Amino acid sequence: MAKTNRTILICSGKGGVGKTTLTANLGIALANSGASTAVLDADFGLRNLDLLLGLENRIIYTAQDVLDNNCRLDQALVRHKQEPNLALLPAGDPRMLDWMKPDDMKKISNLLSEKFDYVLIDCPAGVEDGFKNALAASKEAIVVTNPELSAVRDADRVVGILNTCDIDPIQLVINRVRPTMMANQEMLSVEDVTSILSLPLLGIVLEDEQVIISTNRGEPLTLSGKKSPASKCYSNISQRIRGEDVPVIDPNKESKSLKDKFLKLMQTKIF
Amino acid sequence: MTLRDLINKLLGRETASANTARERLQLVLAHDRVDMSSLSTDLLDKMRNEILNVVAKYVEIDFDEVAVSLETEDRMTALVANLPIKRTISGEIKFKNIEKTNK
Ligand SMILES: Nc1ncnc2c1ncn2[C@@H]1O[C@H](COP(=O)(O)OP(=O)(O)OP(=O)(O)O)[C@@H](O)[C@H]1O
Ligand SMILES: [Mg+2]
Repeated sequence: MAKTNRTILICSGKGGVGKTTLTANLGIALANSGASTAVLDADFGLRNLDLLLGLENRIIYTAQDVLDNNCRLDQALVRHKQEPNLALLPAGDPRMLDWMKPDDMKKISNLLSEKFDYVLIDCPAGVEDGFKNALAASKEAIVVTNPELSAVRDADRVVGILNTCDIDPIQLVINRVRPTMMANQEMLSVEDVTSILSLPLLGIVLEDEQVIISTNRGEPLTLSGKKSPASKCYSNISQRIRGEDVPVIDPNKESKSLKDKFLKLMQTKIF
Repeated sequence: MTLRDLINKLLGRETASANTARERLQLVLAHDRVDMSSLSTDLLDKMRNEILNVVAKYVEIDFDEVAVSLETEDRMTALVANLPIKRTISGEIKFKNIEKTNK
């Protein structure tokens, strides 16, 4: 079988919407499915991906060291112990003096894509240099947003930039979905966000306190195999990335209480 | 309108905030997206004059009614030119014509 060869940018515009959490969980889920996967932390000002994966104590080198010939690529890659198909590469560290340029990121992502089936790039927030660097290294993108005004607005700016940079496909993940609020029409619906951004919907992630608990432990939800609302969503997204024909999780079906059913009835279009 | 909207209306309650959010978002994005397109008003004026000159070679245009604008929908920006035609050069009177060009 030919090696899969996909480099996917995970970006959002607005900060704190869940890029790093998504990157960590998808990285584990893809690796778990048997695909060799690398996650590249392009947010070297504020590095976090190592923490979410529980690998913070094992980082010795960064991508910058590889470029400077201080070490080989495989020395800089941090393998995950429980999920050996997954490796982390931090782009740099906060003390770095020379910041990477788009060409440097391109070189690193080319090196990684020779070795791995999937390369996921965790992008810094904003649309400035850090984002542009990460962008230069990618072919396709996942735009993460929350069902909130400011997050969607910023996502739209990012999509505008991605469109002018020949990134294709650009797919959407809506994170922190609260089915009850949506049923109540007190939160932008999945359909609203998808149609406003006019992007294909890759998946949704439900709001879930287990996300915070798993972050505390440095063990992404998809690692533990424990069933929780968000972990089901992350697995669903990873299946869809791999091209499996599974439907996007429907938030309406995730809330089964009588109250939610009633609220759904209230959403019926009458004219 | 949904069942909920109807009940809200009957009870004189505020509409659900998601509707307000959607409307506000659509408005703000319409502005953001036009800002992004690099066509300045100067450029648009220049283009408008050139288009008119070409069209005027073949038909007589009602210059007072001419409208050239950018319209954005579904992430596609279109250049919309509305050029009402008075008559062709050969003399026949024609109906209003709408010309659309995709950007
Ligand atoms: N589905 C979810 N349910 C509950 N909490 C979540 C969910 N997704 C993310 N969070 C929380 O939101 C916060 C921000 O997440 P994360 O760090 O992944 O965002 P980010 O987009 O990478 O941020 P930054 O732009 O700063 O890099 C974290 O505290 C995380 O635990
Ligand atoms: Mg982050």
